[in-house]
Amino acid sequence: MWEAIEIGASGLAVGARNLALPNVVMMGVGFLLLYLGIKRGFEPLLLVPIGFGAFLVNLPLSGLMEEGGMFRVLFNTGIANELFPLLIFVGIGAMTDFGPLLENPKILLLGAAGQFGIFLTLALSLVFGFSKLEAAAIGIIGACDGPTAIYVTSKYAPHLLAAVSVAAYSYMSLVPIIQPPIIRLLTTKKEKVINMGAVRPTVSKRTKLLFPVIVSLIGGLIAPRGIPLIGMICLGNFMKESGVVSRLTKASENEIANIVTLFLGLTIGATMQGQTFLKVQTLIIFGLGFVAICIDTATGIMFGKIMKVLTGGKINPMIGAAGISAYPMSARVVQVQGQRYNPQNYLLMHAMGANTGGQIGSVMAAAVMLSIIEGMGVI
Amino acid sequence: MDNVTYGITMTVLGMGGTIVSLWIISLAMNILKRLFPHQAEKKEEGNVGSH
Repeated sequence: MWEAIEIGASGLAVGARNLALPNVVMMGVGFLLLYLGIKRGFEPLLLVPIGFGAFLVNLPLSGLMEEGGMFRVLFNTGIANELFPLLIFVGIGAMTDFGPLLENPKILLLGAAGQFGIFLTLALSLVFGFSKLEAAAIGIIGACDGPTAIYVTSKYAPHLLAAVSVAAYSYMSLVPIIQPPIIRLLTTKKEKVINMGAVRPTVSKRTKLLFPVIVSLIGGLIAPRGIPLIGMICLGNFMKESGVVSRLTKASENEIANIVTLFLGLTIGATMQGQTFLKVQTLIIFGLGFVAICIDTATGIMFGKIMKVLTGGKINPMIGAAGISAYPMSARVVQVQGQRYNPQNYLLMHAMGANTGGQIGSVMAAAVMLSIIEGMGVI
Repeated sequence: MDNVTYGITMTVLGMGGTIVSLWIISLAMNILKRLFPHQAEKKEEGNVGSH
């Protein structure tokens, strides 16, 4: 009798007995993400499920990531085959208004300059001893775009998925802290006060409708490996601009995006198991991701300076910083910086144009990267 | 392929490919705007002409 009670009681203690230090540390990381999401408002829609997922998966013997466990099922269903990031892209397309970009198409080039950090960080990652495909996955943090980072990493370096995706989402949420000092450092007082005037609506409905079709066609022909990425964001935008499938558009930007975001966040959190996440390599990836976003911001501003010269001073170089995919945070950062030096200056719509250009740019950069890698026979 | 060649090729082709792709898309955007001008402007022009 006493023996049975003793065995039963030891069963209750088995969880505590298996609690290892790495799991405790990762639970702490999970709580930190929850704190940042809830108290600081940094990307709460993602950091809350990621943080809670990290907490749950590090409880000993939970079985959540074992074959048949809930998180493993979600991982196999939506991450291992890249489905979740692609569904998120339909929602992003449905939420995005490319109007400000279409008003001034040359601003799209700022969205290209804002991706240079991807490729320069890729090269830097090789110096740190990462393999070719791992370097591609780390470089993509510079896209400043969570779904793109997850898509590329799950394809080429799934073992780095936790570090890359957490870095990508963390830095996206830290854009309002990372960008302002770089903007202030790289622009002169004269440049900061350049007034670009008001954006007048000069784009027809038909142009807005055909835009996603043209982007899919051109992007698909140049970089076919990126068609899933480009196609899904364009599908979402096409449905929005068509105006005839409002139920599908609303479902894409609300129900589907919300459900997938929850599953995506939990699954990313579930990959943050102490034994695999706590490595020096993870810290290096976080460092390289930070460098990537700083380079993106700097190259965007420098390209803005070139455009300022080419347009006879009509472009404020600060909007170049918004040529990244962190939408709309980056555009808001530029607006705040602009008003700081000239309260009458409203750069928001111009920065929104560069920011939506950054969204297309990040997807296009990832598509170009995938196609080059495949073309070179690395995979 | 060694890492140096890979790194340089990816950097040059990646940045170049992205900028060329987006430049072509921006040209297409300009063409679209010319083919399908804003309707409100057309109406305004029409109103000006009828006065």
